[in-house]
Amino acid sequence: MSNGSRITPAVMTSHASREPRDRNEPAGESLVPGPNRAVEPVTMTGSQAIVRSLEELGVTDIFGLPGGAILPTYDPLMDSRTIRHVLVRHEQGAGHAAQGYYLATGRPGVAIATSGPGATNLVTAIADAHMDSEACVFITGQVASAAIGSDAFQEADIVGITMPITKHSRLVTDAQDIPQALAEAFHIATTGRPGPVLVDVAKDAQQAQMEFSWPPRIELPGYRPVIRGHSKQVREAARLIQQAERPVLYVGGGVSRGHASAELRELAELTGAPVVTTLTARGVFPDSHHQHLGMPGMHGSVAAVSALQMSDLLITLGARFDDRVTGQLSSFAPKARVIHADIDPAEISKNRPADVPIVGSVKEIIPELTGAVRDAHAESGAPDLGEWWTVLDRLRETYPMGYAPTEDGLMSPQKVIERLDAHSGPEAVYVAGVGQHQMWASQFVKYERPHQWLNSAGLGTMGFAVPAAMGAKVGDPDRVVWAIDGDGCFQMTNQELATCLINNIPIKVAVINNSSLGMVRQWQTLFYESRYSNTDLNTGHDTIRVPDFVKLAEAYGCLGLRCEKEEDLDATIEQALAVNDRPVVVDFVVSRDSMVWPMVPAGVSNDEIQVARDMTPDWDEED
Amino acid sequence: MARHTLSVLVEDVPGVLTRVASLFARRAFNIHSLAVGTSELEGLSRITVVVDAEGDLLEQVTKQLNKLVNVIKIVELSADNSVQRDHLLVKVRSDAATRSQVVQAVELFRASVVDVSTDSVTIEATGAADKLAALLEVLEPFGIRELVRSGTIAVGRGGKSMTDRALARN
Repeated sequence: MSNGSRITPAVMTSHASREPRDRNEPAGESLVPGPNRAVEPVTMTGSQAIVRSLEELGVTDIFGLPGGAILPTYDPLMDSRTIRHVLVRHEQGAGHAAQGYYLATGRPGVAIATSGPGATNLVTAIADAHMDSEACVFITGQVASAAIGSDAFQEADIVGITMPITKHSRLVTDAQDIPQALAEAFHIATTGRPGPVLVDVAKDAQQAQMEFSWPPRIELPGYRPVIRGHSKQVREAARLIQQAERPVLYVGGGVSRGHASAELRELAELTGAPVVTTLTARGVFPDSHHQHLGMPGMHGSVAAVSALQMSDLLITLGARFDDRVTGQLSSFAPKARVIHADIDPAEISKNRPADVPIVGSVKEIIPELTGAVRDAHAESGAPDLGEWWTVLDRLRETYPMGYAPTEDGLMSPQKVIERLDAHSGPEAVYVAGVGQHQMWASQFVKYERPHQWLNSAGLGTMGFAVPAAMGAKVGDPDRVVWAIDGDGCFQMTNQELATCLINNIPIKVAVINNSSLGMVRQWQTLFYESRYSNTDLNTGHDTIRVPDFVKLAEAYGCLGLRCEKEEDLDATIEQALAVNDRPVVVDFVVSRDSMVWPMVPAGVSNDEIQVARDMTPDWDEED
Repeated sequence: MARHTLSVLVEDVPGVLTRVASLFARRAFNIHSLAVGTSELEGLSRITVVVDAEGDLLEQVTKQLNKLVNVIKIVELSADNSVQRDHLLVKVRSDAATRSQVVQAVELFRASVVDVSTDSVTIEATGAADKLAALLEVLEPFGIRELVRSGTIAVGRGGKSMTDRALARN
């Protein structure tokens, strides 16, 4: 489908991926994902088997770029009537697009590339998907099996390279193994703690004849994710919740991955406990809900950070005590006991010892916990959290999320993001790169629904936004998809604008252009005596502005807009929202001196949170 | 740091040893010894790995190992509840003048001589690590020319097998 001709909106409408699907399709009897049609043995090539297996697995969209070792597979791919292949301009773009597709839809993302450099270009996206637990399947061509290990042209040991950054990986050298390898890859990627799986297929295995039948057998004796939480542990957790005076629901990305937002809300409202949502969990609990204190961590809200610090019980759901959340680990939430529910046993007590560990899916555990808490309430009444809320409300009122006007009078980046949100609303999807713009986007967009916010959290990959937004738009084409990007990030992956234009994937890009690698610059301001070593990008005010982002957008056939004054913001955003027949890039040229606040400097206690430079809240009044 | 012996049951597929070893490497664990071979079940291999590690860190690495799809089961074998053996071959400098002393030491340790030449004796020995250490100490003065060890292999005491329940579905 990516043969250069524009795909008309009409074609997209009829595309299989647009049919609504239940995100929580029951797995049924078979471990093989997809519709599970039976296919009687039929002879075909390995490459045909790859395409057919993907079809049988229910895949409708893949992102990739062909090359020598994967060429055999691209031939039958051209004939597939149910798989849309989006030809990217760089394999990293294919990888991030697969991530964005998964994050927006909950369906596994698929990226495909050739051997050697094609495969190594996927590595950043694979590592990113691994860190953020995203169900993605990466398929790479490999040189012919006889040549493996001989330093053949475009040979790279991609299975070896990606071992530490995949949930699983496998080299296939026998065509007959292809259906099973792919079915297992999708099963592993999508079950348990989601994660990336790589299947590397030797060129001769793609070319050889094989007998295709479906479904294949899944034989994974060493892979048995625990889904149901231990009921005794759940009751013990309910007992702690019943006793707690200062409980906090510490909610992580697992609740997003596990599609357990509704369940979380029920538990939160029953317990009346405050909720904090981490960077990967933004949206799983509505920002507008009165129990929501915002995001914890290095750039979290004062209320969220201090709630954790003062808490006597952390009800940890699908979170992993990441260093950006805990700050200095030894002084994190010092008085709190810890309930830790996670599908990955290796996360329990990894960073912070758990008093009540519960291994299983939050989708299963949270309702059980709600039931157990309800029983406890029936027995001895609901605990009164009035005093706790008095403390928290005072914090919330004293230290709301906000920002000061810029000193140079130029447009403030936070304002841009606030207005983007005001015009686009919670039904839009917001995708960020990494840096200051990402933190502002996490702080100043109001997240009301899960999968509204996509970003690269754990790995912190600059350049994530444009290709991930592209993937999100392919998966969820009816939504407005904003890539909120930085001028640094945007220059890493903006070549996918060509992919977006040619394939009719009309994303919108808001470049928060502060003419520098802003987050690094912020650290230089704070910790390196304002010595700005190699952080100027010369894209903004008083510079030569290379590249000119408006011209760059136009070169790609997109609508390019520029906004430099706050009074033009609303009109510019409306103009961007009005154009839906092609991608839009808006160059929001902002002040370069705005900083992300609050901030907990790296390596110190969260008690040292600063609401502005050298301004730490006075804790005594709260205690 | 305490020494721990782990028995790891794995699928016999390419790359599995790399996956297991690299997890230890990432956490900078010192692998004291590592022995791999077939198990009583077709398609499954057993890795015995001896590492120096603190308890918490070891638990974390064990959990990480368990996440590897090709790893089926891991047990820690304590010295009390398992039989642990090393196998070594050692080539000792020895001519006609010292040969009888070397052979005497070999007999004391219930080891055996497997090769003799005019200026050397090669000895095979099996035993717990401390016994082999004592043997080597006795042989040291003669001059050790080459030493090769299998790495510790270990099995739990009593009638139970670590594969008993590992393969039963759920």
